[in-house]
Amino acid sequence: MADIYDLIVLGSGPGGYVAAIRAAQLGLKIAIVEREKLGGICLNWGCIPTKALLRSAEIYHFMHHARDYGLAAENISVDIEAVVKRSRGVAEQLNQGIGHLMKKNKITVHMGDGKLLGDGKLSVTKDGKTEELTAKHLIVATGARARDLPFAKADGKRIWTYRHAMLPPEMPTRLLVIGSGAIGIEFASFYNDMGADVTVVEMMDRVVPVEDDEISTFLEKALIRQGMKVMTGAGVSKIEIGGDGVKATIRDRHGNEAVQDYSHVIVAIGIVPNVENIGLEDLGIELDQRSHIKADGLCRTNVPGVWAIGDVTAPPWLAHKASHEGVVAAEAVAQALGNTDVHPHEIDPLAIPGCTYCRPQIASIGLSEAKAREVGHDIRVGKFPFIGNGKAIALGETEGFIKTVFDASTGELLGAHMIGAEVTELIQGYAIGMTLETTERELIGTVFPHPTLSEMMHESVLAAYGRALHI
Amino acid sequence: MTIDLKMPALSPTMEKGTLAKWLVKKGDSIRSGDLIAEIETDKATMEFEAVDEGIIAELLVAEGTDDVAVGTVIARLAEEGETVDASAERTDSPGPAPAAAKPLPTAPIAPPSPISAAEKSSAAPAPIVIDETIKASPLAKRIAAAEGISLAGIKGSGSNGRIVKADLGLPAPAAAVMAPAFPSANTAPVYGPPVDVPHEATKLSSMRKTIARRLSESKQNVPHFYLTARCRLDALLKQRGELNEGLASRGVKLSVNDMLIKALALAMVEVPDVNVQFGGEQLYRFNRADISMAVAIEGGLITPVIRDAGGLSLSAIATLTKSLAEKARAGKLVPEDYQGGTASISNLGMFGIDEMFPVINPPQALIMGIGSGIEQPWKIDGEIGLATIMAATASFDHRAIDGATAAQFMAAFRDLVENPLRILV
Repeated sequence: MADIYDLIVLGSGPGGYVAAIRAAQLGLKIAIVEREKLGGICLNWGCIPTKALLRSAEIYHFMHHARDYGLAAENISVDIEAVVKRSRGVAEQLNQGIGHLMKKNKITVHMGDGKLLGDGKLSVTKDGKTEELTAKHLIVATGARARDLPFAKADGKRIWTYRHAMLPPEMPTRLLVIGSGAIGIEFASFYNDMGADVTVVEMMDRVVPVEDDEISTFLEKALIRQGMKVMTGAGVSKIEIGGDGVKATIRDRHGNEAVQDYSHVIVAIGIVPNVENIGLEDLGIELDQRSHIKADGLCRTNVPGVWAIGDVTAPPWLAHKASHEGVVAAEAVAQALGNTDVHPHEIDPLAIPGCTYCRPQIASIGLSEAKAREVGHDIRVGKFPFIGNGKAIALGETEGFIKTVFDASTGELLGAHMIGAEVTELIQGYAIGMTLETTERELIGTVFPHPTLSEMMHESVLAAYGRALHI
Repeated sequence: MTIDLKMPALSPTMEKGTLAKWLVKKGDSIRSGDLIAEIETDKATMEFEAVDEGIIAELLVAEGTDDVAVGTVIARLAEEGETVDASAERTDSPGPAPAAAKPLPTAPIAPPSPISAAEKSSAAPAPIVIDETIKASPLAKRIAAAEGISLAGIKGSGSNGRIVKADLGLPAPAAAVMAPAFPSANTAPVYGPPVDVPHEATKLSSMRKTIARRLSESKQNVPHFYLTARCRLDALLKQRGELNEGLASRGVKLSVNDMLIKALALAMVEVPDVNVQFGGEQLYRFNRADISMAVAIEGGLITPVIRDAGGLSLSAIATLTKSLAEKARAGKLVPEDYQGGTASISNLGMFGIDEMFPVINPPQALIMGIGSGIEQPWKIDGEIGLATIMAATASFDHRAIDGATAAQFMAAFRDLVENPLRILV
């Protein structure tokens, strides 16, 4: 006789395992089902191991510029195997950490392929053996995978997805990156810093198309200065694999096609939700136009008792959005089971920051300037450059700027857009501000410590009101 | 307690001035040193700075009023956290202050019109009250003050009951940003069957539900317009016959539909302004025409996609359409097979339909509907002869595509169909 759980979470990525922990904190009896590795993509194949790789690239870059800091470094070279090994070690450490967290919170872990059977039942199949679990509530947190090119599936040898790019069998010499979203541009930046000859092809008219226009323009220039080739408004129509590389047919923004040779291709053209073979059709769970599960602000699907969080649902497809939804869903489940002390809050999608770890880094939150105008705000925009900040000059990181967008009549902080060193560590300041609904007055009235990069956040707000001090 | 703001003497000789411009509005909270108004004297335009702090409860003199005597009360300031007694205010004449001794004989209208002041106090919401004991976000407080909303009765939805912007019930422009592009189709009324007709009810399959939802969304939200082009098909049919003779050995057989798919893709490449998608805040333009092909299957239909149909050879398209249609009928399509597409084609020609007006397949902006090739009298080189004529009708999303552009595209499509060698090269 199988146990009846209060909640089973399908998928142990940053959405699923956080949901499980939060639910355990609320006293629920939890199981989590994972087909591969605890921690999901983020921790094993995504956010974390790529940051480890990028750290190596950054240090390599600094070593090349040692002279700028009065230091000497000679015979610098890359040991790609060691770089990858370090990245795997980091992922492994965190993966074990999740195991400990599950144990500590008394969450039962079932390894295997989970499938919803309806009526709170879920089957878990591992090595041909199937067991059946039962729960009052189910959270689907199965995430997503890389979208393949329709005409050239990733083979792991010459054509890579992020997953292959993280475990390169060899250093690419001439690398083609298709897609300039966060994943594409981070790998482009990594391999460019590691010495590869990198070309980025983006279908939209600018790189990192979800960011503010000015950020895109600035990044494109910075990447070109670093020796990268950037083609926007362009597409790859054909890829042929040859003996020692690939031939890619690229159509540029004017419609002219040319065939180029590359040693490797990274395909980063978006994601596909993992909605197949988990029993969604049989339960009649509604999907949206892009096949992601439809869920409301409290992560409810159209089927009572079934919840969905993270990449398998609507965008933004970010680990921290998944984790936050995990908390919301766990609290909503607890509430549905009669807990009256929890008050789950719907997430405001505009208050979710986004970070891209290319060099220079990008971080943003809220509305871009163009979007703020489009939705009818009368706005004030402030901008402050890194070159005006003492700490940035001392660090030798004078490339970048911070831009803030305010509603002119209410002083509401509508958006913030940053590019430059360590901005990914700064954006949380504006995220707190937006969540608390501060206006420019509170931001102007906040004392920012000197000397820090964060002073630029203050100056950008001051600049929006014509009061910047150091420019 | 309210504070009267009086027309200042901005120079030793000033007796009266023009209130050129208010720099604050009712409900603004001001601090000492903030600029309140621009005042023109006989010598210059000067700025009037606040000495006190509080909230502007009333502006008593309209912008542009000339000859306002020094000492006239031009505005009232309420202290933060305090209610302005509206009745007391009205009895206190907002006219020229007694201190401004002389009436202004030349002015046809008394400068600070009591009527306008009265109108203001009755039309404007209750004077601004910011009760500092009420928990509200700075933004909510600011908006409440500006809009004259009392926070007292509002239930806060923020943490620990804190009032946030969303609780003020304003039509927030930002709300539109993340709203789904289409409202749920579930809002459409659903009627029961007539009682006296024998019937049976079948539960909708999830495909049927999806079709119902997506096509309702399309017809409700996408402003369709339709253009028809009659295309002479004889050359294409002849070409197809010849090609098929050559391809027979390879086991490939081209259908008319295969050729039309390629013609559609090439016409979209030639007129790229129709290869677009309406994105709410933006327009997406595609560099490649991916054609979704409607395939009727048991219980509904599905639209597998021919990627970059313009760049594929006809034999490649024929092979693909055949395998996709087979997979579709066998229920073996994977999402990658049917997701995406930048336009669709639906062909009812084989059912003897003269002409069809298809429903756009969202989020696409274009669908081509194909009727039968019908042999009919046609003017050929100035004479009446028989020709095979096919009506091609495309539906366009008018949010993304305009009529003239669409007409250009239809002409390009017809030209390709009527000169099929162009499809080959």
